[in-house]
Amino acid sequence: MSEPTTSGTPAGAIHDIGYRHYDGPRLGASYIRRSLFVETLRGAYGLGRSARSKIMPFLLLGVMVLPALVVGIVTSYLRLGSLPLGYTEYVVTLQVAVTVFLGSQSPAVMSRDLRFRVTALYFSRPLSRQQYVQAKFAGMAAALFVLLGLPITLLLAGALLAELPLDEQLPDYLRAMAGAALYAVVLGGIGLVVAALTPRRGVGVAAVVGVLLVLSGFQAAVVGILGDAVSTRYAGLISPYTLVDGVVSGVLAAEPSIGQGPPGTLGAVVFSAAVVLLVAGCYAALVARYRKALS
Amino acid sequence: MPLILTDGLTKRFGPVTAVDALTVDVPAGVTGLVGANGAGKSTLLKIFLGLLPATAGSAQVLGLDVASEGPAIRERVGYMPEHDCLPPDVSATEFVVHMARMSGLPTTAGRERAADILRHVGLYEERYRPMGGYSTGMRQRVKLAQALVHDPDLVLLDEPTNGLDPAGRDDMLELIRRIGAEFGISVIVTSHLLGELERVCEDIVVIDGGRLLRHSSTASVTGETPLVALEVDADPTALHARLTQAGVAAQRDGMLLHVDVSDSATYDVVRDVVAELGLGLVRMQRQRHRMTEIFTQGPSSRGDVSV
Repeated sequence: MSEPTTSGTPAGAIHDIGYRHYDGPRLGASYIRRSLFVETLRGAYGLGRSARSKIMPFLLLGVMVLPALVVGIVTSYLRLGSLPLGYTEYVVTLQVAVTVFLGSQSPAVMSRDLRFRVTALYFSRPLSRQQYVQAKFAGMAAALFVLLGLPITLLLAGALLAELPLDEQLPDYLRAMAGAALYAVVLGGIGLVVAALTPRRGVGVAAVVGVLLVLSGFQAAVVGILGDAVSTRYAGLISPYTLVDGVVSGVLAAEPSIGQGPPGTLGAVVFSAAVVLLVAGCYAALVARYRKALS
Repeated sequence: MPLILTDGLTKRFGPVTAVDALTVDVPAGVTGLVGANGAGKSTLLKIFLGLLPATAGSAQVLGLDVASEGPAIRERVGYMPEHDCLPPDVSATEFVVHMARMSGLPTTAGRERAADILRHVGLYEERYRPMGGYSTGMRQRVKLAQALVHDPDLVLLDEPTNGLDPAGRDDMLELIRRIGAEFGISVIVTSHLLGELERVCEDIVVIDGGRLLRHSSTASVTGETPLVALEVDADPTALHARLTQAGVAAQRDGMLLHVDVSDSATYDVVRDVVAELGLGLVRMQRQRHRMTEIFTQGPSSRGDVSV
């Protein structure tokens, strides 16, 4: 039914010297995913965003780092024989700051694209939904790993400056860093899932902080009610902090920071399986969430 | 190679049929996709992007199959959604650079392209400010810029003039015309306003209820008619009667007469009759077909439909 246009030359033949075509490389999905990962990691610290969005993450990073500096100085000044605050208990001790960071930044990482419907622009590009989720998840986890790993590393630096022997410090430091990686993945997953389900402004922050606080409180309550029974030690499965702490103490043989850790080998296996299931579940939930958010 | 080729394309959402056995062959250039709200335009664009699987039938975009080659299509196609899609806390420059990277451009190339394209769409100093403070017109320009930043072969624009004031609308239409004519990028632009599209499109596809109503080139739709509009400075009743007497086919339309001038001698007859009656001739204007005639046949209803 279509008829040719009356003029002989197609309109597309006229070229304006003002518009330049792009002949350079077009890099594939893995480059795009890596770029989105970097952007997410930077974005979690407000880099590349407005000055106001930098305040909260850097304030919390300061809150995380400051005690490590103080511990280092005190240790070296008082010539203590060991660090007054251990590597593996550091995250649990400062879990409020971690929770607030997760609460303030996971909506910025996740809900922002949903609320302003930027996802339509991502999905009209070569990146698939799975790759989008992978980049976001990895970016959030990396941001958390920086938040947790930096003070732990500073703690080690403090210990070495206080001339504590490296071979005594290193095993616990490595356990704590492995723990930090686990915390980053577990907390990142939970934060992103909650944020992806609450795209409204402000609600996401409250929801993430709320979920973590409720779980921690519930865990403490269960421990209080059950008392000293063996089953109490499985109550650590309830809160993400005690869950990861359970893996670090049960599998990596660190001192448990909260309670007694999981009972025996069986407990360690159960806690590890719970971590794997939780992370896989979060990933699946996010992919499902974005399958719905068509554009 | 046709730009877009569909064959019996059908999309159902449960009991609702959004696109119904659509078979169409769109050539390169600027093509308008017209239909009322809910006619299936946006659904069609998402199928072309390979984001929505078709229920039945097939579609090819740039020679690539939408069902199996979605990522390849999305690499070479730009998309401007109808709704707002800009985060408020970043500047247009940063956002468009990011979107260039998301299309696979290296960062340096992305920066160059973003600066270029923002200038082309008409954003200057304000591109360094956060987008939260932008007017609707500026936001539409950024949305257009992110669709063009990777130099696609085709852009899909979903209601780009929505929410713009008349001046902004003219600017946007001029930009769309330039994308096709100067940038050499094919355009599919949707609108529910025919009048806009007949100004910039070489081809028009009209859909209604997901069905193809008509597909034709703008030139054929808006070609000249054998009618002139005749306006005099007094009541045209007497003139109408005399013309009819003289054997000239004329139709009254308010203060206007539509006179059939298939025979060029009619011009002389009109001139003589007007002079005889002592009337002042205000204008004689050759009439063009309007796109609304696609929907409403017959000249009598012309003017009843807002364009």
